[in-house]
Order: sequence, then C-alpha cells, then structure tokens
Amino acid sequence: MNGTDPLRPPTPSFGTVPRSALPVAARFGPWRTRMAWLLAWRNLAHDRSRFAVTLVGIVFAVVLIAMQVGLFLGFSDATTVIILHSRADFWIAARGTQNFEMALPLDKQALYQARSVPGVAHAERLLVQFGPWKKPGGGNEGVLVVGSDLNTGLAGPWNLVAGRLEDLRQPDAVLIDRVYMDKLGVSGTGVATEINGRRARVVGLTQGIRSFTTSPWIFTALRTGQRFAGLDAEQSNYVIGTFAPGADPARVRADLTRALPRADVYLSAQLAERTRDYWMFTTGAGASVLVSAVLGLLVGSVIVAQVLYATTVDHLTEFGTLRAMGAPRTFIYKIILGQAAISATLGHIPGALVAMALAKGSELAAAVILIPLGLVLGLYWVTLAMCILASLVSIRKAMGIDPAMVFQR
Amino acid sequence: MTPPTASHEPPTLPIADTPALEAQGVTMVYGSGATSVQALIDVDFAVRPGEILSLMGPSGSGKTTLLMILGGLLHATCGVVRVEGLSLEGLPDSALARMRLARMGFVFQSYNLFPALTALENVQVALELKGRDLAEGADLLTRVGLAGRLRNRPKQLSGGEKQRVAIARALAGDPAILLADEPTAALDSANGRAVVKLLGELAHDLGRAVVVVTHDLRIGDLSDRVVRIEDGRIVE
Ligand SMILES: Nc1ncnc2c1ncn2[C@@H]1O[C@H](COP(=O)(O)OP(=O)(O)O)[C@@H](O)[C@H]1O
Ligand SMILES: [Mg+2]
Repeated sequence: MNGTDPLRPPTPSFGTVPRSALPVAARFGPWRTRMAWLLAWRNLAHDRSRFAVTLVGIVFAVVLIAMQVGLFLGFSDATTVIILHSRADFWIAARGTQNFEMALPLDKQALYQARSVPGVAHAERLLVQFGPWKKPGGGNEGVLVVGSDLNTGLAGPWNLVAGRLEDLRQPDAVLIDRVYMDKLGVSGTGVATEINGRRARVVGLTQGIRSFTTSPWIFTALRTGQRFAGLDAEQSNYVIGTFAPGADPARVRADLTRALPRADVYLSAQLAERTRDYWMFTTGAGASVLVSAVLGLLVGSVIVAQVLYATTVDHLTEFGTLRAMGAPRTFIYKIILGQAAISATLGHIPGALVAMALAKGSELAAAVILIPLGLVLGLYWVTLAMCILASLVSIRKAMGIDPAMVFQR
Repeated sequence: MTPPTASHEPPTLPIADTPALEAQGVTMVYGSGATSVQALIDVDFAVRPGEILSLMGPSGSGKTTLLMILGGLLHATCGVVRVEGLSLEGLPDSALARMRLARMGFVFQSYNLFPALTALENVQVALELKGRDLAEGADLLTRVGLAGRLRNRPKQLSGGEKQRVAIARALAGDPAILLADEPTAALDSANGRAVVKLLGELAHDLGRAVVVVTHDLRIGDLSDRVVRIEDGRIVE
C-alpha cells in the first residue's frame, strides 16, 4: 500500500530499527527494575488484609514443610546416632543382617580373625539386643540394649546428665535417656527393674539419645548386656574396631571381608547409610513424612496462587495502561514475579523462625525435629519457586489483556 | 525533534513536511457478518509537529477507534497509518509497543494513574520504561504546575490535578506525539480548559503533535484545527 504514494520511498519498518529508537538505557530494559519492584511492592501493600492472608498462607506452608523435612532429618539422624557417635572405624556383623537393631549372632571367632588382619589396630565385641523391660509401675516395654566395652569407650553412651560412666561397672547397672523416663516408668536414678527377667538398675541418665524405633536405647557394659541376653562372654552380634594409623580403610576392609567370609564388614559411614536407607526408604517411614511435606507445598502453592491472582485481577487496568504506554512484556513479568519474590521472602522469614522455635522445643520430645541452616536456606528456594509457579497463572491473565481496554471504559 | 528514523528517509524529503501522524483510507469494521459494526469509513487524517488538533464528534462516532488505530493499539481493517513517515503495517505487537514507548504519550479519560504510587512515582514509571533519568520526574510535574504535589497519591489529588499528573507521565521521554482520549470529560469546564490549554502550549512551545479527542464543543476553539467525525466519516 506504500506504493500508492510515488513520493514515498519503500518505508523502512519499525521492526528493523525499533530498539535504536530508544535511549541506550531503555534498550537494556530487563536490567532496569527499580519502578517494577516498587509497583510490585506497592500493589501488595496497597491491600493490607489480603497481603496478610498471603503471608499467613506462606508461613503456614513453610512451617508445615519445615516440620516434615525436619522430622525426616530427625528420624534419619536417630537411625544412625549409635553408629555415628561411636569412634569405631569398622563394623562386622553376621552375613544376612538386615538392620542395625536386629543383628544376627556373630561367630565367636570373628573377633580373633579381625584382630589378625594387618591394619586393624583394635577390635572388640559389641552387643545390640532387643529385650523386654519391665516397667516398675507395671507392664512391659521393648528396649534395645547396647552392651559395650567400657575400657575403650569406642561405642556406648555419651551426654550423661546424671551418674557416671564408671557406674556401669557395677553388675546390673544400666543407663537410660531422660527422654524415655516416662515411657520406661523410671522416676530417676537408683530405680531397679528387670530386663528379660534379669535384674537391672538405673545408675544414670543420658540426654537426647533417641531411638528411631519405638524401643528406647539402654546402655550397659558388654558383660551385663550378655547376661541380660543369656549369652556367654564370647558371644555378641558385632565386632567393632579401629584401623592402624596410616592404614587404607578400603584395603583393610577388603582384607577383613576376605578373612571373615561369613560376615559383612562395613566402614562406619557405610553402615550408617545402610541403616538410614533401611528405615527411611525400605520401611516407607521416611516416605510418609515426605508425602506430608509435598502436601504442604501444594497447599501453600494453591493459597499463594489464589491471592496473587486476585491481586493481579485488581490491578488489571494498570497492566493494560502499561501495555498501552508501550511497556514491554518483561516489565509486566517483573512486576508479577516481583510480587511473588517479595511474598516468598516476607513469608519465609517468619515461617523459618517459627519452625526453628518448634524445632528447639522438640529437643526434649521423643521425636526430634532437625532444622539445620541448610534446610532453612533450601526452603527459601522452595518457597520462592512455589510463589513463582503460583504466579504463572497471574502472568497469563495479565498478558492476556488487550491494551485497548483502557480506552473503552 | 528530529525523528529517530531520519537516517532512513531520503535526504530530499524535508522533515517538516512529514506529518507526525497520518491516516490514509482507514476503515475499521468490528466483528463480522450481520453483527459487524462499521466504526470508521475511509478516514484520511494528518497532524503535524507543533500542531494541536481536536477530534470532535458525537458519542459512538468512532473517535476512540481512530485514536487507537493511530496509536498502533488496534489494526485497521484497511488503510495505512504512518508514524513520522513510517508505516505501521505488518509490525508485530512488540514493535508497535516499542514505537509507542519511543514516540508517543497517552492521556486517558479516567487518568489511569497507578493508585498505589505517588504523583512523582507515576511519572517515574514512564521514565524508567523509556530509559530516562528518574530525576526528570520532578521537572515534568513542575512543568504541569504540580511542584508541590510530588508525594501525593492519586487519591489525594483533584480530578484536574490527576489529569495533569497523567499529562506529565505522557510527557516522559519527550514523545513527539501526544494522544489524549477525552481528557476533559471527567473535569469541570474550568479545569477542562486548563488541561487543553496546557496541551496547546506543549504543541506550540515544544513542537509536539497533539491529538485531543473530545465531544465537548467548547474545547474546539483552543486548538489549531478541528476535525469532525460523524458515523465513522470525517465531515469538514
Ligand atoms: N470492541 C468493539 N466491538 C464492537 N464494536 C465496537 C467496539 N468498540 C467500539 N465499537 C463500536 O464502534 C463505534 C465507534 O466507537 P468509538 O470509537 O468508541 O466511538 P467514540 O469514541 O466516538 O464514542 C460504536 O458504534 C461502538 O459501539
Ligand atoms: Mg470514546
């Protein structure tokens, strides 16, 4: 149609020169964000009650997710706490042992075979045995007795808050954790009862050594533990030990495996990982906790999506005005994503604080919630992703408007 | 006021002769079939730099439709629109948006200010979009007589003041063309005349091309030229 005017040369198109029509700073629009952030913030703050609802929704989701993941971490920690708190480098268990708490009896010769392997500095027996605990007030409770060599202190109790380790040398002496006093019907040290029908006496208390199973840990001397279980001094279900300085753990482990064909040999970290995987994934216990965390994420996303959408709809005319003025799409994205990022940040901070307070409060409870700094930071990214995903619906809505609407009101 | 596209024009064509905005044979049909509406019929129209032009006509005559087509917000069913000599035909929406950002300022009947922002910030949004220094915002508001209202939100301003903020916002980035759709409709006649007078000064003092849509006959005498439109046709 340009050809209808003979004076006019073929018209250069705005499409080929458009950016040069703008000052340099505007050509790099995506990096200029001050007013977009301001609009994002003011649009949110403009309707205070709705913004409060958004934040409460995000806080709720953050706390829910943090609790569930924290529980998962707490559980996961509890499954391996005995292994990781020991100073043992290696663990030998009878072949076929499925989980740490239910180890099969180990061959008596295993201790001597282990000691004869070059690179092994020290080896000793350890007993981990399930048994019934007679509650002084009546009834029974299953417990896991850990009988360890008191002379080396390689494995065994820590964090004593009442009594001394030395007290375990008395016959029948045991330590329990303060967390389980109620469960075991124990009011304090000095209480006598029975394990597996044999006399036991509480001589001290530890603090914060939780079991993942419903059965509390009971710490005692190896020989005392063997008596509870009706075993003789040569019998145990673990041999643990340390490597000589400078020995190559992988090589010594291979040598141990060769020397003990009917046993499994683990480095401490390997056994911990195996035990954690068994409880958290094979049994499905961890999965159920993670499912709750995912639910928290979904609920949070829906709340945030709803409120961000309502905010966007409220300001639709403004987006239309911006489009009519010639604002690029990126400017609108920046406002809506800015709203999401501001909401995520302001919701995450109190959410994380509440979660950390609850975690602190759980230190004396049977199920500990662990919220390490890494979880707090990771959760921020999850919250941000959740809010940004939730805002995509709003972006669709805002981009769908016809800028002509602002003339037709 | 040199158009940024001057280098693409042959040197023999004097720029002063190029209309800032030009429509040739523009026809607009909304919808199709039995329900279609002919909003504009074969409209020819031009406005030059330094000129303020009133587009007048009764309600429903097609004024807003023409303004939207001139602003690249609506594609004409047929006809050509040129902005500073360049045809808008076939340009994608993103290029039209960049053209508006670079060359045009808009003033709306209902102001369309950002209610959560102050007067100054409203202007600064446009400055940022156009890649200008945000500090220019105060100067622009001073130019429209609002130096004392920089920190006020739209809610705290009168209708006339709001429209002046909107004009300051439209002036951000020195656009060559100002398009205003019934900017005085929501104002009393004194404020309405003040706003149109301001637009006239911008045209005469700064060489802008200004198109003011109105159906208010009293505004007409404040502009250089009046174009009447009735039932989608220009009647002169
Ligand atoms: N989006 C639309 N769809 C269908 N018809 C429309 C639309 N917009 C405007 N019209 C019609 O086009 C005609 C011109 O409208 P408009 O340009 O808004 O007139 P004015 O601004 O002069 O009042 C009117 O008959 C109106 O009903
Ligand atoms: Mg109209």
